[in-house]
Amino acid sequence: MTATGPKAFIPDEGIAPDEFEPNLVGRYKLDKVFAYASWAATIIGLVVLAFLLISTFADGLPRLGSSFLTSFPSRNAGRAGIASALAGTVWLLLITAAFAFPIGVGTGIYLQEFATDSWFAKMVEVNISNLAAVPSIIYGLLGLMVFVRILEPITGGRSVLAGGLTLALLILPVIIVATRETLKAIPDSLRIAGMALGSTRWQVVRDHVLPLALPGILTGTILGLSRAIGETAPLIVIGAQTFVPFLPTGLRSSFSALPIQIFNWTSRPQEAFHANAAAASIVLLVVLVSMNAVAIYLRNRFQQNR
Amino acid sequence: MHSNSAAAVGTSNAFHVEKGNYYYGSVLAVRDVFLEIPEKKITAFIGPSGCGKSTVLRCFNRLNDLIPSARVEGKITYRGVDIYDKSVDATELRRRIGMVFQKPNPFPKSIYENVAYGARINGYKGDMDVLVERALRGSALWDEVKDKLKDSGLSISGGQQQRLCIARAIAIEPEVLLMDEPCSALDPISTLRVEELMQELKKHYTIIIVTHNMQQASRVSDMTAFYNAQATDKGGKMGYLVEYAPTQTIFNNPSQVATQDYVSGRFG
Ligand SMILES: Nc1ncnc2c1ncn2[C@@H]1O[C@H](COP(=O)(O)OP(=O)(O)O)[C@@H](O)[C@H]1O
Ligand SMILES: [Mg+2]
Repeated sequence: MTATGPKAFIPDEGIAPDEFEPNLVGRYKLDKVFAYASWAATIIGLVVLAFLLISTFADGLPRLGSSFLTSFPSRNAGRAGIASALAGTVWLLLITAAFAFPIGVGTGIYLQEFATDSWFAKMVEVNISNLAAVPSIIYGLLGLMVFVRILEPITGGRSVLAGGLTLALLILPVIIVATRETLKAIPDSLRIAGMALGSTRWQVVRDHVLPLALPGILTGTILGLSRAIGETAPLIVIGAQTFVPFLPTGLRSSFSALPIQIFNWTSRPQEAFHANAAAASIVLLVVLVSMNAVAIYLRNRFQQNR
Repeated sequence: MHSNSAAAVGTSNAFHVEKGNYYYGSVLAVRDVFLEIPEKKITAFIGPSGCGKSTVLRCFNRLNDLIPSARVEGKITYRGVDIYDKSVDATELRRRIGMVFQKPNPFPKSIYENVAYGARINGYKGDMDVLVERALRGSALWDEVKDKLKDSGLSISGGQQQRLCIARAIAIEPEVLLMDEPCSALDPISTLRVEELMQELKKHYTIIIVTHNMQQASRVSDMTAFYNAQATDKGGKMGYLVEYAPTQTIFNNPSQVATQDYVSGRFG
């Protein structure tokens, strides 16, 4: 620097070197303490999880055979199976997805791409963030009131349709928020480029924004669905059955679900039923882990594309 | 500065801007714009950052409509029609008035699809291959990409991407090309290619270009508008049109002192 350089760079006008006290030893020590503390926290979490998994697998694996998957509930623990509960969970999954996906994604697209700063859009937004924080049992009460009682002529009361609709309601905020976050991450320059060519808003969304956003939206949806199939409380409230000796025959059929079955078996006094509960838990875990794996795969593909 | 510019360069006028005031919310961003943009000529907008060049440019294809807070006062006519009139459809207007942006922004699709897209959404019925080739030749990109039309538009260099964006814009046969600092993200050689291309495009299109580069303005343009910004009492900046004249006049014999100072590099 010559004499014309900025003043702060002239050494004798700055802070004298001996006013610094780097104390590297002390700072490194603190560094280590934090590293160990966070390592310990991780290990505690992992150990608890591993213990849970091991005890579940130890109890449940011996019970897991093909007959366990294809048998109906029974008073005899050794002959009982999860056929109706597993089928119920699959039905719930499909119904929930069929309602929550189009409505959630549609709402997300509307709020992010079309809504202006109107009073209406703001109100919807505030309500959605609030809904995401509502405990699931409240959704159960809402489902009981609306889908089981008021809409009984359509849903047939305590039916798999009423259950699916309730779970759809429960995960709507998750899907809406995931959709909006994904859309927010799509650069505006793309939308502007489309508009400048004479596209309408919908054409821009359909042709440029959604193809890029779809993996992210699907990820959010799958995570929402995997939350839904683990839910027990709202299904108990709307009246899922614990003893269903048949597969669901239609939307208005009564139903059971894996978490309900697990809950029921766990609350029995006999040890043999506890083994059944553990085995059913393994099945539920496998379903959940594979759904999350799909979600992670989609998210990775999404990140590569951008 | 209100002289008839079209007469000065010997054509009719494409745009006519009368007492334009442009707001974002309640903030007046650019005031008192009077312009007459001649057909099939290149008009350059120069001036320091933040003086409102992009704001004015985005009014010509009503892209400002996408910014909720943006508001326009005054009159802008294109070929005699008030483009902010209720009867004018902004989507149709944007097909006729193409735009190229500062940062090349091809769609994340193939080179072919990038060019074909505009034609497709505007209901083009002819042979798409012919149209794509013509547009790519028109933007001097054909020879470089003709063997990789299926590759992503993002896989080519920045300069090529910008020419792809030009191809995309001219594929739908617009009448005007708006270019907002089209070369500012490009290296000097790519810049030169785009400038040569502009001279070629000027035969068919009315071009308005925003540029930070004064040499570029003096090299390529026929008319030049110089904008400046003044401080407001609220601590913000307000842009205004200082002088609008044939490029020769702006660079050699401007009537305003501020213009003289700016083009000679004394500020900005
Ligand atoms: N979307 C916007 N919202 C609010 N203010 C804006 C927006 N775009 C530009 N402005 C303001 O308008 C003024 C002019 O900006 P711009 O037209 O981008 O100038 P230039 O292109 O000459 O650099 C600036 O003060 C800028 O802050
Ligand atoms: Mg600008």
